[in-house]
Amino acid sequence: MFWNEEEECMPPLKREELQLERLQEVVEKAYENVPFYRKRFDDAGVRPEDIKTLEDIRKLPLTTKDDLRAAYPFGMFAVSPKKIVELHTSSGTTGKPTVSGYTRKDIEIWSEVMARGLTMFGLTEDDIIQNTHGYGLFTGGFGVHYGAQKIGATVIPISTGQTKRQIEILEDFGSNVLIFTPSYGLYLAEVAQEEGVNQDNLKLKSIGFGAEMWTEGMRKEIEKRYGVPAFNIYGLTEIMGPGIALECEAQDGLHVMEDHFYPEIIDSETLNPLPEGEKGELVLTNLTREGMPIIRFRTKDVTALRRTECSCGRTFVKMDRITGRTDDMLKVKGVAVFPSQIEKALLKIDGLEPHYQIIVTRPQYLDELEVQVEASPSLFSDEVKELVSIKRKIENQIHNEIGIRVDVTLVEPETLPRSEGKAIRVIDKRKFD
Amino acid sequence: MKIKQLSIFLENKKGRMRKALDVLANNDINIRAMSIADVSDFGILRLIVPVPEKATEVLEENNFLVKVGEVIAVEMSDKPGGLNAILKFLDEANINLNYLYAFVDEKEQRAIVLLHPEDVDGGIRALNEGGAVIIPPEEVYNW
Repeated sequence: MFWNEEEECMPPLKREELQLERLQEVVEKAYENVPFYRKRFDDAGVRPEDIKTLEDIRKLPLTTKDDLRAAYPFGMFAVSPKKIVELHTSSGTTGKPTVSGYTRKDIEIWSEVMARGLTMFGLTEDDIIQNTHGYGLFTGGFGVHYGAQKIGATVIPISTGQTKRQIEILEDFGSNVLIFTPSYGLYLAEVAQEEGVNQDNLKLKSIGFGAEMWTEGMRKEIEKRYGVPAFNIYGLTEIMGPGIALECEAQDGLHVMEDHFYPEIIDSETLNPLPEGEKGELVLTNLTREGMPIIRFRTKDVTALRRTECSCGRTFVKMDRITGRTDDMLKVKGVAVFPSQIEKALLKIDGLEPHYQIIVTRPQYLDELEVQVEASPSLFSDEVKELVSIKRKIENQIHNEIGIRVDVTLVEPETLPRSEGKAIRVIDKRKFD
Repeated sequence: MKIKQLSIFLENKKGRMRKALDVLANNDINIRAMSIADVSDFGILRLIVPVPEKATEVLEENNFLVKVGEVIAVEMSDKPGGLNAILKFLDEANINLNYLYAFVDEKEQRAIVLLHPEDVDGGIRALNEGGAVIIPPEEVYNW
């Protein structure tokens, strides 16, 4: 089943023509309308008319998250503010987040790519979709919403949380498609089991999941617990949101919506392109976005692209699930967390030594974040209640900074590894390979 | 009248307490009295030693986090209600007690309670006025 068979199954050569046409157009618009790109291209000695083939994209400079942050809030917009109809942000490392702006046409494209993906999952206008992704500045909730609305399905915009209510609605409303992050999905399944929910009474036919790293083992577990297939969704706010790549019924990689997003894989050290099938950093270019076209964005996500024929008939290149990051970003409970954010929070507390270690675990299905902090003479008190309140204070400070709850452990001085070169700040005990 | 007490931060990890006690043993420092307060992931080891300054120094050299505080040593009768009689003096003066621990002084055949009120000076006044026997540091360090 296809949402847009013509685009999705387009012969590769024909698509390349379309991509080149769109690339030339978007590069020209970025050069004309975004001072950042004009300067970048000028500095690199490249002009829009130098793009004569798709390979010529390599002549263009890469764009990083720092570039987007420096353009905060609206410096990357390529249209006048009145044409922007919606804003989203991605979580920031230090200080400002990065802003994503959308025109009406951009929202239309976002809806289109998500509609294609949700159709891959089997969603039709006769179905009910329960969207547990958060609605707000995070793009997860709205991306799914727009796609489902485009199809004409019935959306339950329940967002994350209220787990018992989720289960009640899943049973009573007879939701057919369920969208969640893998860890929340597994948690939801546990609670459903405790509540005595019988799989046979549900009307589920598929699950879409994304926004955090997962393993094949987790997918198997989700499928076993819900008794339906589960499909991967990939996206990032800087480029658009969810909908950049989605999985078809073959469950063998995600189809990149190449008519709207141009993917490349580079070596994150040399920045040179890598041959097909090799693992490296994913770089994405918006081919059709009006409001904020991003050229060659370094996603820092590690994956590989494979141009093999898919049994579903789509001709889009396939991307492996994300197996790592080229920076130190962690996804914890679906939220992007950088060690630098935790450091920033710690530095706000007087007398605290900036020696810390972050330990991420997934004891059952839910992520847990522990931050070990060295106690210092000025922090240490003979009173247990004071030590406990210092611990709480640190926990709250970190919570304010990263948006999720952590468990702080005070450890003895000089017991955490010191920075000799690159400090080992993070111990991620979850396994994603 | 105040007794110096060492408070040592200990992670709740195997062997940490022993390591601290090893440092004292290697420096020939005897422990007169001790107690431990524990929370889930850390604890506070409280010690009375004859040479608090030296003990602090050697512990800090070994990267232990040490705070020197003050407690009051009070003699109490080693029979039912002995401790209550002392606590009554603090209660009546409206002084809150953070913690206490008690030991038996074999040489003098008496029981001693070490008290840490929120207000140490106020505590001493209240105990004196009530007629409690406060034991001076020399006697505690050398009992």
